[in-house]
Amino acid sequence: MSTTQTAVRPAAGASQPTPRPARADRHGLPAAGFLAPFLTLYLLFILGPAAYGLVMSFFDASLVQSGLGAFAGFGNYAEALRSADFWSSLWHTLWFTILTTPPLIVLALAFALLADRAARGRWFFRLAFFMPYILPSAVVALIWMFLYTPELGLLQNMLGHIGITAPNWLGDPDWAMPSLALTTLWWTLGFNFVLYLAGLQEIPRDLYEASAIDGAGPWQQIRRITVPLLGRTTTLVAVLQVIASLKVFDQMYIMTSGGPNFATRSLIEYVYDEGFTNYRIGYAAAVSMLFFLVVLTVSAIWFRIVRRGQKEI
Amino acid sequence: MAVDLAARVETRTKLFNRVCLGVLIAFAVLWIGPVAWALDTALKPNAETTRTTWLIDNPTFDAFGRILNETDILRWFGSSLVIACLTATGTVFTASLAGFALSRLRFRFRRVLFWGILAGIMIPPQVLIVPQFREFDSLHLLNTFWAVSLPQIPTAVAVFIFLQFFDGLPRELEEVARMDGANFWRIYRRIVMPLARPAISAVAIFAFVTSWNDLLWPLVVLSNPDIMTIPVGLATVQGTFGIRYADTMASAILGAIPLVAVFLLFQRNIVEGIAGTGLKG
Repeated sequence: MSTTQTAVRPAAGASQPTPRPARADRHGLPAAGFLAPFLTLYLLFILGPAAYGLVMSFFDASLVQSGLGAFAGFGNYAEALRSADFWSSLWHTLWFTILTTPPLIVLALAFALLADRAARGRWFFRLAFFMPYILPSAVVALIWMFLYTPELGLLQNMLGHIGITAPNWLGDPDWAMPSLALTTLWWTLGFNFVLYLAGLQEIPRDLYEASAIDGAGPWQQIRRITVPLLGRTTTLVAVLQVIASLKVFDQMYIMTSGGPNFATRSLIEYVYDEGFTNYRIGYAAAVSMLFFLVVLTVSAIWFRIVRRGQKEI
Repeated sequence: MAVDLAARVETRTKLFNRVCLGVLIAFAVLWIGPVAWALDTALKPNAETTRTTWLIDNPTFDAFGRILNETDILRWFGSSLVIACLTATGTVFTASLAGFALSRLRFRFRRVLFWGILAGIMIPPQVLIVPQFREFDSLHLLNTFWAVSLPQIPTAVAVFIFLQFFDGLPRELEEVARMDGANFWRIYRRIVMPLARPAISAVAIFAFVTSWNDLLWPLVVLSNPDIMTIPVGLATVQGTFGIRYADTMASAILGAIPLVAVFLLFQRNIVEGIAGTGLKG
């Protein structure tokens, strides 16, 4: 720390109250300087493209032509809402979210509760559960595609040993999405796990001691003290998880290319296909806007539900 | 009576903790399984990978050698490293300056800017790929590090992490420095930033890992194999190994090594950085 470089003098005037700023924009000029780098990039690469994308969604813009092309009004939106491909990819995204969110919350909570009771070796559990989270999606996909390989795959073999016939994981349209969900559970559980571990640190220990004196067993403590006090963390984990799941793209792009027979094409992959394979960027921009709307709606609804649930506790 | 009860509860708790530990260890082993299996397979000759067993008759590093020779994976390391460093540095620099202004300076439109930046958190980056691609196409920046990095730098969450951190710092030092005639730039550089190490490392780690692992955006703007990032490169070549499973797993292990090595070195910082960033974001 280099704080010592700054001379700290008990200046005579230090006890005087600091003069209140006379005008609200006393520091207008330095503020502009401090904010300029962030705001420039923010306008150029986030807000600008957002506005441009909105405009583009009303035109028949094409990737292979410069400019916006012919004005389409709400044509792109109407087409998307009439398109079976749009609705099926929207459903796939929602189905993936439904499959991943509950286990990613419940198991992360369970593992965190268990790890919190472990007197030693916590670093080991953090390593085991969190390390997959920092792996690139491509690495995760390569490993799991091998695990899922028919005949040679480790999963089929292990299940075979205990007498279960494994499904054709990624090859069966009904099983492909649950398989991607299982991979995702393994990959991203660590993030929720450390959020819960952090939440557990904030629960005062004397609450447990007091309840133990009153004769409360560990299971009662978990149900009556720990889980209710983790309510705030659960809200946060749930909201972050739903939003993260809705944005899914990598797993299907690499592991199934949206197949078999488009059974796992997510909404983002649909945007990617329409924009960069079919060059229909006006249409892709419109679908992006609809996706944005879905994310906003689902997170708003989810937030309300979780909030209400919390009040009842 | 009460002592007796407490003692009984304690034995019960001890037993309970034992069971908990056992269950947790079982799951941890299950979680390590896939990576261990990948490593095990990568150390086999390709011919041995058709047998599903952990035992290796002739362990070899050949698969790693083949991947290093046949693919551009070393170049991809380089690209990923440059892009992730650029993004992390840019994010820390721009977000800390903006956070400082919002925390310490009084100016018109402060509230408007605050809410404007906060609203930006709601925009998923995936929504912007189409217009952003158009933008970088017309700037003639496709297939450059800038195309990947620039849109990743302005991160609204990072601004709020710095803002919160700065708000929590005591202001006495700065007031003294102000009276000594120091300007805000000097206060930012000499007083506030040296105290902000936890926030800096949290934001830097978060930006670095996110950038390193991003697939969609680099996939869209990088088509030249020479400057692909690791995720894009691996995703592109994954189909070409066919049934050479040892080679496939070696490429996965190689792709995982850089971040895993960094992770093992700075485990605590990384976990806390990512958890902290997630918590506030």
